[in-house]
Amino acid sequence: MTRNRQWIVLSLSLLLLGGLLMAYKVIRLGFPLMSDDSSEQWVVQARLEVEPLEGPVRTSLLLPARSSGFMVSDENFVSRGFGLTLDEELFRREANWAIRRLYEAKTLYYRATIIPDTRERRIGHAPNFPSPPTLEEPWASALTDLVEEVREESADVESFAAEVIDRLDSANPDENVSLFLTSVRAPLERARLAQTLLAGARIPTMLVHGVALQKDVQRAQLKTLLAVHNGDDWLLFDPQDGHRGRPANFLIWYRGDEELATVNGARLTDVQISVKRRVVRSLDVATQRAELKDSLIGKISVLQLPVQTQSVYEVLLLVPFGILAIVILRNFIGFSSFGTFAPVLIALAFRETELLKGIVLFVLIVSMGLVFRFYMERLRLLLVPRLAAVVTIVVLLMTAISIISDQIGTETGLSVSLFPMVIISMVIERMSIVWEERGGGVAIREGVGSLAIAALAYLIMSMDMLGYWVTVFPEVNLIVLGLILAVGRYTGFRLSELSRFRQLASPGEPQ
Amino acid sequence: MIFGHVAALRRAGVLGLNCRNAEYTLKYNPRRLYPLVDDKVLCKRRLQQRGLAVPALIALVEFNRQASRLDDLLGEHTEFVIKPAHGSGGDGILVITDRRADYFLDSDGKLVMPEDLAHHLTNVIGGLYSLGGQPDVAMIESLVHFDPLFSSLTYHGVPDIRVIVYRGYPVMAMTRLPTRMSHGKANLHQGAIGAGIELGSGVTFGGVSGNSLVATHPDTGHPIAGFQVPHWGRILSMAAQCYEAVELGYLGVDIVLDRDLGPLILELNARPGLNIQLANRRGLRCRLNAIDAIESPHETPDQRVEWSCAAFGQPPEMVTRTPG
Repeated sequence: MTRNRQWIVLSLSLLLLGGLLMAYKVIRLGFPLMSDDSSEQWVVQARLEVEPLEGPVRTSLLLPARSSGFMVSDENFVSRGFGLTLDEELFRREANWAIRRLYEAKTLYYRATIIPDTRERRIGHAPNFPSPPTLEEPWASALTDLVEEVREESADVESFAAEVIDRLDSANPDENVSLFLTSVRAPLERARLAQTLLAGARIPTMLVHGVALQKDVQRAQLKTLLAVHNGDDWLLFDPQDGHRGRPANFLIWYRGDEELATVNGARLTDVQISVKRRVVRSLDVATQRAELKDSLIGKISVLQLPVQTQSVYEVLLLVPFGILAIVILRNFIGFSSFGTFAPVLIALAFRETELLKGIVLFVLIVSMGLVFRFYMERLRLLLVPRLAAVVTIVVLLMTAISIISDQIGTETGLSVSLFPMVIISMVIERMSIVWEERGGGVAIREGVGSLAIAALAYLIMSMDMLGYWVTVFPEVNLIVLGLILAVGRYTGFRLSELSRFRQLASPGEPQ
Repeated sequence: MIFGHVAALRRAGVLGLNCRNAEYTLKYNPRRLYPLVDDKVLCKRRLQQRGLAVPALIALVEFNRQASRLDDLLGEHTEFVIKPAHGSGGDGILVITDRRADYFLDSDGKLVMPEDLAHHLTNVIGGLYSLGGQPDVAMIESLVHFDPLFSSLTYHGVPDIRVIVYRGYPVMAMTRLPTRMSHGKANLHQGAIGAGIELGSGVTFGGVSGNSLVATHPDTGHPIAGFQVPHWGRILSMAAQCYEAVELGYLGVDIVLDRDLGPLILELNARPGLNIQLANRRGLRCRLNAIDAIESPHETPDQRVEWSCAAFGQPPEMVTRTPG
């Protein structure tokens, strides 16, 4: 009983483990379940032009750091002659280029691939409460009045901030607001003003600068949003129109009151940000993402191996599926074949030849091999030399088929080289023995049975989705192992036994 | 419909291959004991030690060189059987019934040249018939002269009796009758006929050919049912003693009746086939369960035979009933 339970527990835990690993990859790492899923990425580029002045040059550029909704990968810097250092914090990254002497105008590039990642949500650090601004009259009392008024008309931080921005954007602002607006021109100043007003109510704010990744743009404008902290989270507002929330595909480039790029010792003549859209397979995106996250489970994938090895493993990892099919065919249906797993190896060869041609070639080689084998029976060779002779003849037959088909101009015959010749030789040997011992009918029946199993195993193993699954989710074979264990103690009747013992089922009526 | 079928077979107590493997052979036949039955030479010696009668061994052929020196091997013997020591399913068995100056005759009366014989021996030694193709040993055994009582029920070759012995208790028995189709071999896979034997009395009832029921021998036309197997008590006793000899819990014992020597144990089988159920027209399961239900197993083989005959024997009128 304990042994029985062990088997069930083992089988179930394998099923569970395989399932969980797969689920983790799909849900957490975003590996697509289908091979043809595609998704979009963005290539952003910042281009800085500097002209020399006097002395050493220091140029710094703020780089995209963590941004809600995206991950940054594949960063490149092109800056010949400059020394490059990166200054990285969680929410602030800066590239510093330095050169002792600049003789001519230079262009510096930064390029990165931006991958969508819906699981990244952070906007910034939790802030401290700002101290109220110290203003002169009449601004100080205008601010106090405004804060009083807005507080009356709002319920929480979010509605407070929304109301403040609304008033700033209003077509005919009241006198308190107009007082502040007199000196405001640029959008950035309007955002700063909103910060000042909200600081009057001791609400933490932060400026967030970024680009909306929507279409290819040669010269993208950085858009400034106002982030307001409500005690738990940062809320984003567009200071221009009061629109709440993160605009679609908004990549946060940097935070705070800094400039995107600063230059010492030279003149910054141009800063240009461009955006390019790129459609890639979801799988590649997920793989990149897993790499960035340094996820151990994400690394359990054949895709991490060199390409040649990958294709080998794609085939190897399919074998358990063929074998599961054989287990079912033998223990549930009651098929018999030459060699327990020989049909799987034949099926692997069919992968290269396609099914119909594969069967034709297989029948051709086996029947010609059988003819030779029967002839050799008369030579009375010892067993091992005879087997060796059959293998050699099979190799020669395969070569001949390839050469002839090449002469005729069809490529079908060429793929015959992938047939497992030793397996075929063993099939020929076994078949000839069965032929002699039990007659040609039985031998042909068993041969056809083997071929049918091979064809079925081929059909299973050639399913595109399965091929994709085993490379991306090798752990799916844990599920196969669990299933094999699960059916390993099936003690019920085989389908073939139902007809074999049919007389016994109705004991009252013999014959 | 399939489920109805399954339920009907289960009600009839039919044992399937999966169930035999999982519940009986895997459970009661430990792997380490397999060589005792898979190696027929070892098996023969073990049975002889126990005082059980077996066909005499004339020679063992282990090297190819020996195969060409038939005269040294055979001595004065003119009739013999060549068997692979690790053969299965009756493959590779060659029965020679007569020896002339420069040729042999097999059980079908066909000519066998000495080169053919030597070639067959090298094939056996090379492992052609052994499980997994391992190099093997060829056994040359003396030929069994089957009891003429069987002659109306057999076509060339030697009929044998298969007894299933479960944990030392005879469970079910049948006789296997060679036919033209089986080339004189007593193997159901090769076309021999199986006929159930009533365990209590040793009387045969209806037969089975392949998977279908037959009433008469296809070659002799003689009805198969109602035949009294001689030495029945001794046959059951020998079969039961095999349990002590090899300790396999689920065992097929193959016995032949020699005209002069009486019952001889031909070989033992650790994975006996399931066709015996067809030959007996009943499932094995109920009988196996009945033995499992015995609270204190009987000590001696004869006590177990007695128990089996009492438990599984049928009244005579049931036994002589012919099918169809």
